[in-house]
Amino acid sequence: MNAATAFNNGFWKKLSGRLINSRPDQTPESGSRNYSPFWVLVQKEFGDHLRSWRFTILIGIITLACIGSIYAAVTAIQAGVKSQQTDTSFLFLQMFTASDGSLPTFVTFVSFLGPLIGIALGFDAVNTERSKGTLSRLLSQPLYRDDFILAKFTASLLLISVVLFSLGLLVMGLGLFVIGYPPTPEEVLRVLCFLVVAVVYVGFWLSLSIIFSIRFRQTATSALSGIALWIFFSVFYSMIIGLIDKATAPADSAGIGEQISHFNWMLLLNRISPSYLFSEATSTLLMPGVRSLGPLTTEQVVGAIASPLPLTQSILLSWPQLICMIAETAICFAISYVLFMRQEIRSRA
Amino acid sequence: MESFAQAPIIEMSRLTKKYGEQTAVSQLDLTIHRGEVYGLLGPNGAGKTTTILMMLGLTEPSSGKVRVCGLDPARQPLEVKRRVGYMPDDVGFYEDRTALDNLLLTARLNGIPIQDARIQALELLERVGLQHTLTKRVGAFSRGMRQRLGIADVLIKKPEIIILDEPTLGIDPEGVRELLELIEQLSRNEGLTVLLSSHHLHQVQQICDRVGLFVQGKLIASGNIESLAKQLDDDGSVTVELSAAPWSKELDERLSGLDGLLTYKGPDVSDHAYSSVLSLDAVITGTRDLTSEAARTVLDCGASLFGIRRKQYGLDDIYHRYFEGGGQLERSNGIQ
Repeated sequence: MNAATAFNNGFWKKLSGRLINSRPDQTPESGSRNYSPFWVLVQKEFGDHLRSWRFTILIGIITLACIGSIYAAVTAIQAGVKSQQTDTSFLFLQMFTASDGSLPTFVTFVSFLGPLIGIALGFDAVNTERSKGTLSRLLSQPLYRDDFILAKFTASLLLISVVLFSLGLLVMGLGLFVIGYPPTPEEVLRVLCFLVVAVVYVGFWLSLSIIFSIRFRQTATSALSGIALWIFFSVFYSMIIGLIDKATAPADSAGIGEQISHFNWMLLLNRISPSYLFSEATSTLLMPGVRSLGPLTTEQVVGAIASPLPLTQSILLSWPQLICMIAETAICFAISYVLFMRQEIRSRA
Repeated sequence: MESFAQAPIIEMSRLTKKYGEQTAVSQLDLTIHRGEVYGLLGPNGAGKTTTILMMLGLTEPSSGKVRVCGLDPARQPLEVKRRVGYMPDDVGFYEDRTALDNLLLTARLNGIPIQDARIQALELLERVGLQHTLTKRVGAFSRGMRQRLGIADVLIKKPEIIILDEPTLGIDPEGVRELLELIEQLSRNEGLTVLLSSHHLHQVQQICDRVGLFVQGKLIASGNIESLAKQLDDDGSVTVELSAAPWSKELDERLSGLDGLLTYKGPDVSDHAYSSVLSLDAVITGTRDLTSEAARTVLDCGASLFGIRRKQYGLDDIYHRYFEGGGQLERSNGIQ
C-alpha cells in the first residue's frame, strides 16, 4: 500500500511539474503553448485512439450492452414498484444493480467488458510502435523512456475515464427520464464513486496488457495473453476457488473458529482476483444495505439496526479493495517499467 | 581532410557490446571530428547498427566508453538526443498521419512551439522535395519519399550531429544520388557532422571524408580512401598493366629484368606472335612504381605503347579482399 501511495505521489508531482515547467530555456510566447514531451505524446495517443476503428467498435459493443442493461433494470424496477416488492430507498441506484433476469446488470457488464476495453487499448501499445519502426525514431527524441509508457498509459486511462463517465452519466440521465424518480445527492455521489472504482479497475487491465505489449513482440500473442488472463479471472478463477473450498472445507461439526478461519482463507484467495475486488467494492458503493464484506457472527449482528450505511461508511468499507486494485496496477506498471527501461531499441526488431 | 584539428565530437574507446556469448562490437576505438562526414562501411551484421545504438543510449555498452558532444549517452540520454538526429534503417512513420503531422510531432517532442514547428516543417519538406505531398498520408509514400521524410525528421530538431543508418537502402539510383547530394550539402553548408553506415561502397566513397571498415565487430581500418588503401595494402606493391606491339623476346627479357620487380606476367605468346602487329598485354608488379620505367623500356625496344595503367587499390578491391567474393553481401542485398 505504501508503494501505491508513493507511486501516486511521484506520479502527480511529475505530471504537474512537467506540465508547468516544460523547457525553462524557452520563453513561452503569447498564444503558443509549449507542452512537455509527455503531454505531446498523450495528445497524440489520445487522438490515435479516437480515430481508430477498434475504439469505435468497442464503444458500439459497450453502448449496446448498457442500453440492454438499462432496459432490464427499468422493467425490473417498474415491475417491483407495482407489486410493492422493491425497497424504494435508493431506488435510483437500482438502475445500476437491478435486472429482470433477461440481461445482466450494468455493474456486471462493466465488470465483464471493462477488462476488454483495457486490453483492447493496451495490448499493442509498445509492440506496434516497434514493428512499425516508429519506436526507435521516437526514442531518439529527447524524451524519457518512462514518459513514453506513462504517456501510453495516461492517454488510454483518460479515454477510459471519459467513456465510463459518459456511459454512467448517460445511464443516470436515461434513468431519470424513464423512471422519473430524481436521485438524491448521496446517490449521485455513490454513482460517481462507483465510476472512479470502475476506471481504476479498467486501468489495472490496461497496465497488465501494456506489460504484455512490452514483453511480446507479436501483437497477436500479447492480445491473446491478455484475453486468456481475463477469461481465467472472470470464469475459471471462481471455479478453482470453489474446488479448493470444497476440498478443504472443515466438517460441519467443526468449531466456529475453524469455520471462520477457513472462510477468511477463501475470501483472501478470492480477493487476489481484481474482478472479485471490483464486485465487492461496487456492491458496497451501490447497495448501501451491504454492511460488511466478511463473515459476521450472530454476536456481532446483535443490536445492529438493519439500515443502510451512510456514504462515508460505504467508502470506508470499500477503501481496501480500491487500494488493492491501485496497488495491483502499480505493480504491473513497475514490471513494465523494469522490462522496458533497459531494453534495446532496434528498428523493426 | 586529416586537418580537422578541432575537438572530437564523438569519441569511443575500447567499446564492447556482447550479446551473451556473441560479441557484436569488440574493443572499438573511434574518434569523429566536428564537421566531418564519416562512413561506417561493412557487411550486414558487422556491428554498425549496434555501434550507432550505443552512441544514442538506445542500448548499453558491455564495457568501454562513448562520449557524444562530451556527454555519456547512457547517463545523459536526453542531452545527447537533443543534439543528435538519428534516422534508423527502414525508418517508420505513423502511417495514417500526414507527412506534416509526423514532422510536427517530432518538432513538438523537441520542445519547439507549434507555430515555429509548422514553419520549419514546411521549409524542410520543401527542401527534401516533398512540398507537394503535405496532405498525403505517409502510408501511401514510396520508399524514397519515406527516406527523404526521414531526413527532414532528423533535421527539424536542428541537430549538431546526424546519424543515418543505411540511408540509401532500397532507393533507386537517382534517389540515391539526390540523397547523397543533400547529405553533402548539409555537411558543407551547415557544418553538420554526419555519420552514415552503409554496405554500399561506392556511395560511401562519394561523399565521405573518412571511412571506417567494420568486419565482425572490429574496426579494421579507418581513414580517407588513400590512407585506407595504404593501411590495407600490406605488401605495398604497385601493379602496372601495359599493352604494346610488336612484342619481342628482348622486350620480355628487359621487362622481367627491371629493378625492384616482384612478379612479371608476359603475354602468352607462340613464336609467330612475336612478329605480329597485334598489341599484347603484360602485368608487372613491383615494390615501387615501375610505370615510367616500363614505358621507357617498351619504347627503347622499338615497340609502340598502346596503353599503360598503374593499378591503384580502390575501396572496391579492399572491400572484396575483406568480404571474400562478396557472395554474402549479394545475398543480403537480395533480401532487402
